[in-house]
Amino acid sequence: MDWLWQWHNVGLTWLPFLGMVIGAVIVLLIGLGVVTYEIYFERKVLGWMQGRIGPNRVGPLGLFQSFADILKLLIKEDVVPEKADRSLFLLAPVIAFIPSFMVLAVIPFSRTHVFTANLSIGALYYLALSAITIHGVMLGGWASNNKYALIGGMRSAAQMLSYEIPLGLSLVGVVLMAGSLNLNDIVAAQRTWWFVIPQILGFLVFLVAATAELNRTPFDLPEAESELVAGYHVEYTGFRFAFFMLTEYLYMFAMAGLAATLFLGGWLGPWLPGWLWFAIKVAAFIFFQFWLRATMPRLRVDQLMSFSWKVLLPVALLNLVITAVVKAWV
Amino acid sequence: MALLDEANQVRTEEMLLNVGPQHPSTHGVFRLLVKISGETILDADPVIGYLHRGTEKLAEDLQYTQIIPYTDRLDYLAAMLNNYAFCHTVEEALDIQVPERAEYLRVILMEMQRIASHLLFIGTYLLDLGAMSPFLYVFQERERIVQLFNEISGARMTYNFMRIGGVKYDAPPGWLDKVRAFVPFMREKIKMYDSLITGNEIFLDRTRGVGVYDAETALAYGMSGINLRSTGFDWDLRRKKPYSIYDRFDFAVPLGQHGDCFDRYYLHLLEMGESLKIVEQALEQIPDTGPVLGKVPRLIRIPAGEYYSGIEGARGELGFFIVSDGKDKPYRLKIRKPSFVNLQLLPQLLRGQNIANLIAILGAVDIVLGEVDA
Repeated sequence: MDWLWQWHNVGLTWLPFLGMVIGAVIVLLIGLGVVTYEIYFERKVLGWMQGRIGPNRVGPLGLFQSFADILKLLIKEDVVPEKADRSLFLLAPVIAFIPSFMVLAVIPFSRTHVFTANLSIGALYYLALSAITIHGVMLGGWASNNKYALIGGMRSAAQMLSYEIPLGLSLVGVVLMAGSLNLNDIVAAQRTWWFVIPQILGFLVFLVAATAELNRTPFDLPEAESELVAGYHVEYTGFRFAFFMLTEYLYMFAMAGLAATLFLGGWLGPWLPGWLWFAIKVAAFIFFQFWLRATMPRLRVDQLMSFSWKVLLPVALLNLVITAVVKAWV
Repeated sequence: MALLDEANQVRTEEMLLNVGPQHPSTHGVFRLLVKISGETILDADPVIGYLHRGTEKLAEDLQYTQIIPYTDRLDYLAAMLNNYAFCHTVEEALDIQVPERAEYLRVILMEMQRIASHLLFIGTYLLDLGAMSPFLYVFQERERIVQLFNEISGARMTYNFMRIGGVKYDAPPGWLDKVRAFVPFMREKIKMYDSLITGNEIFLDRTRGVGVYDAETALAYGMSGINLRSTGFDWDLRRKKPYSIYDRFDFAVPLGQHGDCFDRYYLHLLEMGESLKIVEQALEQIPDTGPVLGKVPRLIRIPAGEYYSGIEGARGELGFFIVSDGKDKPYRLKIRKPSFVNLQLLPQLLRGQNIANLIAILGAVDIVLGEVDA
C-alpha cells in the first residue's frame, strides 16, 4: 500500500496515473460538495443573523435547496445577447472557472495529502493560477456588451490586481519563516506554533486582501448590486452564470484552505484527525466571510484602491522586512 | 515622453449610462440618464413619470371625502401623514372643529408613521450602500407599527383612516397600552441602530462630505424637511407654523451641520427619538373618552376661493392647495410633493461625482416615487 501514499514521488506509470485520476475526481467531488453546502450555509447563517429562517423547504431543514437551485440553473435557457462577442462570451466563464479547480490541487487536506499534489512551489502555483480568473471575469464583462457588465469587469480587474500584491507579500512572510514554498512543508514547519502568532501582521493583511480577492463584502464592488445591478455577470444566464458563482464559492473554499494552511497550521492539531482539523479551520474562515457580509456596508471604488496601495501594501512590506530581519538574526 | 504622447492619442469616449427605471437602487421606477467618463459623472438627467396616475386630475372629479383614499397612494410609506394633510386643508377651509381625542389619535398615528417611514429610509439607505442586514432589521420594528395601524384602521399600508373632522374609528380597547409598550421598545432599537451604523468606519467614509449643499441652495430649490435641516437651517412646520395640537408638546428639532449625506442619515435617526417623545406625551394627555368625529355637513362644499395648508411630512413640507368654485368637488387640486421638490437639486449634486456616490446621494434624498410622480 506504500505506493498509494507516495504516488507523487514515483515516476509516471499506469498505476500512479490511475491514482492521480481517482484523486482528481475525489477532489472535484469534495469541491462541489463544499460549494453546495457553502451556499446553503451562507443563506442559512445570513438568515439567522438577519432574523430570518433561511432556506427550509427543499428536503429536511432545506438541505437540498442548493441542489434544486443548481438543477434549475442547468435546465435554464442559455441566452447569448445578440450584440455580445459570442465566442468570448461563451469562453469567459470557462476561463474563470478552470483555475478555481486547479488551485485545489495543491491544498493539503490532511497529513497524508493523498489526493493532492506535493508541489514544491505550491504557494506560487496558487497565486499564479488564481490570477488567470481575472481574465475570465474581465472578458465576461467586456464580451457581454453591457455597460454595467463592462464597469463591473473593469472594477474587478483593477481590484483583483491591486489586492494580489499585498496578498502575495503577506504570503512571503510565511514562506520566509518556513523556508519553503511547498505547502506541505509550510504546514510541517508549524509544529511548534502556528504562523498566525509570529505573522499576525501578515495574517491581518492576508485576511483583508483575501476578502477583496474573493469579491466579498465589504469589497464586493465588481458585483455591487445596488450600483451595477450584478456587475460582470449581469448578462449571463443558466449554467454559464452558475459557472461564475461556482468559481466564486470554490475560491472561497480554496482561499480558506490556503489561510488554514499558511497561518492556522493546516491539518495540525491535537486529538482529532488531521482532515477534521483542516475542515474546522476552513469552516471558521468561511464563517468569517459570511459574518462580514451580514455586518459591513460596501467601500467606494476610490477608497478601495487607496486602501490597498496606501495601507495594505506598506503594512505587508513592513511585515516582510521585520520577518526577514528577525529570521537573519535568529 | 514618447510614451506619454502615445497615451494621449488613445481615443476616449463619454458613455451614456441608463440607470433605471428597473434598477435596484432607484427606489421604484425612477430613471436617470447619466453621462459618465470612466466612473466620473459628467451630467445627469432625471426622467420621472413612470408611476404617474394623474391624482390631481382625478381629484377634480371626486367629492372631498372620496379624495382621501387617493392620498394614501401618494407617499405610500407615510399614508397617515398624507391623509392628515388633505383632511387638515379641508378642515381649515371650512373651519371645522376636530374633537380632542381624535386630534390626539391623529398625532400619535402621524408620529408613528414618521418613525415607520424613517426606519425604512435607514434600511434602504444602508442597502444602497451595500449593507444588507439593516434593511431586514428595520422591517421588524416597522412590522410592530404596521400591526398597530392594522388594529386601529384595518389596513397595513393604505389606511384611508383620517376623515374630514376626525378619524374613522376610535382606538380599540387596549390599543393605547400597546402603543405605550412600543415606545421604550423603539427607544432601545434606536440605540441599537445608532451603535450599529453611526460608528461604522466604512459607512462614515461613504457618507461624510458626500453630496454637500448649503442652506441657500436648499432654500433656492425650495427644499424642506430633513433635506433642508441637514444644512443647519431651522425649519420645521410643527414648530414654525404649529398645526393640530403640536404646540402642546415638548420636542426638539434636530439640525445638521454640514449638509452632507451623513447628516441626513443621522437626522432621520434623531427625529425618530423626537417622534417617540411626542407619542409619549400624547399618550399621557389623551382624554379617555370622547367623540372621534366632529360635526361635519353631509355633503362637503367649500366656499369659492383658494386654500392651502402644509404640514411637516416625513420628507418635508407636504401641502394641499385647493381651488374651489363652491361645488362639492375641487375645481383644481395641487399637491406640494416634498420628494418631487427635493429631487430637483439632484443633477447639480451629481456632477463630478462617481457612480458609487450617485447611489449614496440619491438614497439620502429619500424619495418615494409614488409621491414624485403622483
